[in-house]
Amino acid sequence: MTHAPPGRFGGFGGRYVPEALVPALEQLDEERRKAVVDPEFVGELERLHQTYTGRPSIITEVPRFAQHCGGARVVLKREDLNHTGSHKINNVLGQALLTKRMGKTRVIAETGAGQHGVATATAAALLGLECVVYMGRKDTERQALNVARMRLLGAEVVAVEHGSQTLKDAVNEAFRDWVANVATTHYVLGTVTGPHPFPEMVRDFHRIIGVEARQQVLDLIGRLPDVVCACVGGGSNAMGIFHRFIDDAGVRLVGLEAGGSGIASGKHAARFSTGEPGVLHGAYTYVLQDEDGQTIESHSVSAGLDYPSVGPEHAYLRETGRAEYRPVTDDEAMAAFALLSRTEGILPAIESAHALAGAMQLGRELGPDAVILVNLSGRGDKDVHTAARWFGLLETPGSQPALGHQDPSGTGGSR
Amino acid sequence: MSVATVLQRCRDEGRAALVGYLPVGFPTVPGSIEAMRALVESGADIVEIGVPYSDPVMDGPVIQDAAVRALAGGVRVRDAFTAARAVVDSGAAALVMTYWNPVLHHGVESFAAELAAAGGAGLITPDLIPDEASEWIAAARRHDLDTVFLVAPSSTPERLATVAKACRGFVYATAVMGVTGARATVGEAAEDLVARTRAVTDLPVCVGLGVSTGDQAAELSRFADGVIVGSALVRCLGSAPSEAEGLTRLRTLATELADGVRRGRA
Repeated sequence: MTHAPPGRFGGFGGRYVPEALVPALEQLDEERRKAVVDPEFVGELERLHQTYTGRPSIITEVPRFAQHCGGARVVLKREDLNHTGSHKINNVLGQALLTKRMGKTRVIAETGAGQHGVATATAAALLGLECVVYMGRKDTERQALNVARMRLLGAEVVAVEHGSQTLKDAVNEAFRDWVANVATTHYVLGTVTGPHPFPEMVRDFHRIIGVEARQQVLDLIGRLPDVVCACVGGGSNAMGIFHRFIDDAGVRLVGLEAGGSGIASGKHAARFSTGEPGVLHGAYTYVLQDEDGQTIESHSVSAGLDYPSVGPEHAYLRETGRAEYRPVTDDEAMAAFALLSRTEGILPAIESAHALAGAMQLGRELGPDAVILVNLSGRGDKDVHTAARWFGLLETPGSQPALGHQDPSGTGGSR
Repeated sequence: MSVATVLQRCRDEGRAALVGYLPVGFPTVPGSIEAMRALVESGADIVEIGVPYSDPVMDGPVIQDAAVRALAGGVRVRDAFTAARAVVDSGAAALVMTYWNPVLHHGVESFAAELAAAGGAGLITPDLIPDEASEWIAAARRHDLDTVFLVAPSSTPERLATVAKACRGFVYATAVMGVTGARATVGEAAEDLVARTRAVTDLPVCVGLGVSTGDQAAELSRFADGVIVGSALVRCLGSAPSEAEGLTRLRTLATELADGVRRGRA
């Protein structure tokens, strides 16, 4: 690896922001560098991991699911069991503690699926910070339960009506708020993109996922996995589990992007399939864009992966060949969602179901000797409504409930 | 026409320059060019030609909505070059204001070459800081184009020096912390920022963000070399029942603002 300038991963990353935010980014960078070597900060974060989040999260081997993965051994890293239901809490607690250290009293966040918003609202409640969460109008509708959850936690949720009314527009609105209120406000960016130092800092707060999982897999199986699978929206859970494995040359790192209705349909969020390098939300990375550099709207059944850009370190890992990225369609992800639910009694987040679908592909490619580690980044409670509609499990007026007569996996038989 | 020439002429006349922003393609490409001509005829010295962008993080609702409508109407990045030519032909200097990705995607060198060929004076880049701008600055110097970067009330003395050093034409001082859009008061933080900027550079300093009335323009022109107005002008076009009425409202406001920059130091 060559020496890149600060905030760059090879040529990717950087700091493409209004000048007004530069002092805040410099302060944040300085503060997080000090914090990670300050025993008080490190100790407090560790205490919260253990007594609040529930770390270390366990791993679970899933043999009944693995029968559908070419017989490979499949192990899940259970970030879904964290407090608030996803990996997002790891980063949020770190940033909320930094907010206090910087003497700021208000946090803002963007959210797509609502998981990052819920985690931020939770940390704000825990640490006594004012909290505003920006969420695209479309996402507030498809993730209504998480909106209520954030409000119960004391956060204000603002539905963003501009543009595509999804995650990218929520990020725009959060930046606008931040420029106006930066003196008192920290922007708890929820993924590994944005201007430096966010991609590096958010990755570092999630790195614990891979650190734990690597040792846990060694303890369980006696060797490293052949493949690590993770879904990639912005890419925080993927960077979190990948990073500790980067120097393990024999471990394939596979990121699964939202293929939506299929690449050919144009309705997807597979930045590495059809995107090109460009700047969005402060970073130089891969972006879905048209011939004039205008952002193209992404599409996915998963609100958390429905984002036209991706963290710059992923762009770098792809460019260097250290990681590979594949699209998973809505159909494939939902089939994996149903399969894990029925074979293992675990409802995954639809985001994480993309990683499970990737494991099914890779297991079939590699066969029964392979060991596949999957980051189960979140739980599916928030997706019950979406999944129920997808599989037709909701009672419609004048009909019997369809529950129990459906065959979500499409492989025959009803239960 | 270069920005330096225009600002020097205004200085010689003992007044601030009026810098007016309009996005190309709003309400239509020909309509926007018509509006830019009207702006110049009503007293604007420099026109900032906005390139509509899908993710304008520095803009408030008025300019966001204009961008959405312009993009829906099919505006292209290259229309900014057509607008620049029209502005220059009508007697003002033309600066293009654009977020960075459209330039990057177009190709930095070819963007600079095409802008220079169209008579444009340079670029204002709201989300490109000098630290990331080496390619653009080099292309701009090759094509004799101005590089206008922004400073903000939050800027430290070190940042002011860094930014001013990368600027050519003028330094763009944002009067308030926030996005574009009219505000009731803009004076205090702006005056302090202009003074702090002048401490590190001899370049002209123009002030924008929030300005919407002749009185505000007069107030800012006491201490700024130029007064920049955007959202208030765009709103004239967006809120009118017809394009003709929009132009009338635009001329009225621009005339008021042009009067403001002339009486501020009287």
